[in-house]
Amino acid sequence: MKRKDNRITHLAGYVFISPWLLGFLLLTLWPIAQSFYLSFTEYSLLEAPQWIGMDNYVNIFTNDSTFTTSLKVTFMFVLFSVPLKLFFSLMVAMALNKSLRGMNIYRTAIYFPSLIGGSIAVAALWRNMFSLDGYVNQVLGWFGIQGVAWISNPDTSLATLILLNTWQFGSTMVIFLAGLKQIPQELYESASVDGAGKTRKFFSITLPMLSPVMFFNLVLGIIGSFQTFTSAYIITKGGPINSTYMYAMFLYEKAFKHYQMGYASALAWILLVIVALLTIINFAASRYWVFYESDGGKAK
Amino acid sequence: MRRLRAKGFDHVFLALFSFIMIYPVIWWVGASLKKTSELSLPTIWPSIPMWENYSKGWRFSGEYTFAHFFGNTLLMELGNVVGGVLTAAIVAYGFGRLYFGLKGFWFSILLLTMMLPGQVTVVPQYILFNKLGMVDSYVPLVLPHFFGGGAFFIFLLVQFIRGIPRDLDEAAKIDGASVYGIFLRIIFPLIKPALVTVGIFTFIWSWDDFFAQVLYLSSVEKFTVGLALRMFIDQFDIQWGQLLAMSLLSIMPSVLIFFLAQKHFVEGIATTGLKG
Repeated sequence: MKRKDNRITHLAGYVFISPWLLGFLLLTLWPIAQSFYLSFTEYSLLEAPQWIGMDNYVNIFTNDSTFTTSLKVTFMFVLFSVPLKLFFSLMVAMALNKSLRGMNIYRTAIYFPSLIGGSIAVAALWRNMFSLDGYVNQVLGWFGIQGVAWISNPDTSLATLILLNTWQFGSTMVIFLAGLKQIPQELYESASVDGAGKTRKFFSITLPMLSPVMFFNLVLGIIGSFQTFTSAYIITKGGPINSTYMYAMFLYEKAFKHYQMGYASALAWILLVIVALLTIINFAASRYWVFYESDGGKAK
Repeated sequence: MRRLRAKGFDHVFLALFSFIMIYPVIWWVGASLKKTSELSLPTIWPSIPMWENYSKGWRFSGEYTFAHFFGNTLLMELGNVVGGVLTAAIVAYGFGRLYFGLKGFWFSILLLTMMLPGQVTVVPQYILFNKLGMVDSYVPLVLPHFFGGGAFFIFLLVQFIRGIPRDLDEAAKIDGASVYGIFLRIIFPLIKPALVTVGIFTFIWSWDDFFAQVLYLSSVEKFTVGLALRMFIDQFDIQWGQLLAMSLLSIMPSVLIFFLAQKHFVEGIATTGLKG
């Protein structure tokens, strides 16, 4: 009786997770394996894939200056936009984590850009605002700053995209806010009794208690930034002179404009390895700064 | 007194910051009524509102109006939201409540897929859908949502289900309910608030999922609002006023949902997203 019962729940478990499991096998696992295979081939969709060994990889690393450029651009983007976003979202989350009148209005106004931020509509808006005769330059003019063509100048184009990315810090902020709300108030109270000031409380209570959330935001922020596509594709089209030619866009054009599926697969695998390495480094480093309460109060 | 001043400071800071954050959006509303020469001004309201930005923009493509593109997108969204919400609930119940072999293993895999860059699977997926003759249809856009709606949503719902007291399940079991009955009669009704959150996010994210749309839809007849906007931007001589007007309309569904379900939004993720 007991065993039959077990078998039934085993079966039921698999019945319930089957939609995901099926999707995982068909649309994730199989494609990963196939993409690995394709990365060693030449394939244009029209003829069968042709095995060319390591040629794609050799070409990418020795022969393709666009690869190096797009990787550099993407790293710059990640390097600036991830910390900026984390910093802003934490500051704002702390400001919003107070009981003030009208907090809902502030919260809505601050969250709003993130709601629409990834859309092509906002990319269009951004392109207009930051053009040479866009209104941003007019405002800068009031302060005596000579405007430039932000988007068509290779020195500033990437910064424009980073700014757009930072403008949408809402989701990160909401997660911080949720984390802040879970810090027991007693900790602050007893710290006050011990005479700790605001700065001390921030560094000794808020930051350690938030570190798991910070870690979560950091890991997903890095992975997400590596895949930025829409803003580069619509606002700058990767230009000028490839100054915003993000890796995801490079890969997209190789695959779906030039139909070099094998080459694009190799690019995808290089991206996967980079992202995986960074994530592993993150996890390894997290032992030194992420604090889990269940460890009995010590940060390992 | 010091407290009061501190509060005053908070208000000034937040008000100023909110203003900076939201100003581009306010400007956008005014800009959608401006003529091109006025678009370089940071002012909001145009000297003469050009209402025809809307009527002309609506029909910019000649062949189809934006009504057509909105219809297409909403049709796609219907599939995405229904598929995502239903299957995410089913899968989350399996992971959140049932015992089965290798459950821990599969759940770790699920979490791992959240970190997988989509670029790794996109080429083979395209090849697959191409072989099945489904490129330039909505199938590649909608079908993936029927496989659990995405790892993030499953994770969110599992957390939510784990927070529901098991006594309810036990009581129903004593009354003779099967696992399926418990899901349908106990769990499903209880997780409705979280499902609303999942539905809202599925809607907004797939509305903005430009990459998949640009990849799979090629004939103008099937274009979504996002693709129609790209067509608008790619014109040789962009009518910026009209483009901004249509862009503004394109975000309206998301905005509308946001304000209707606002309470759900910020607090919904706060309570379901990150507990435990």
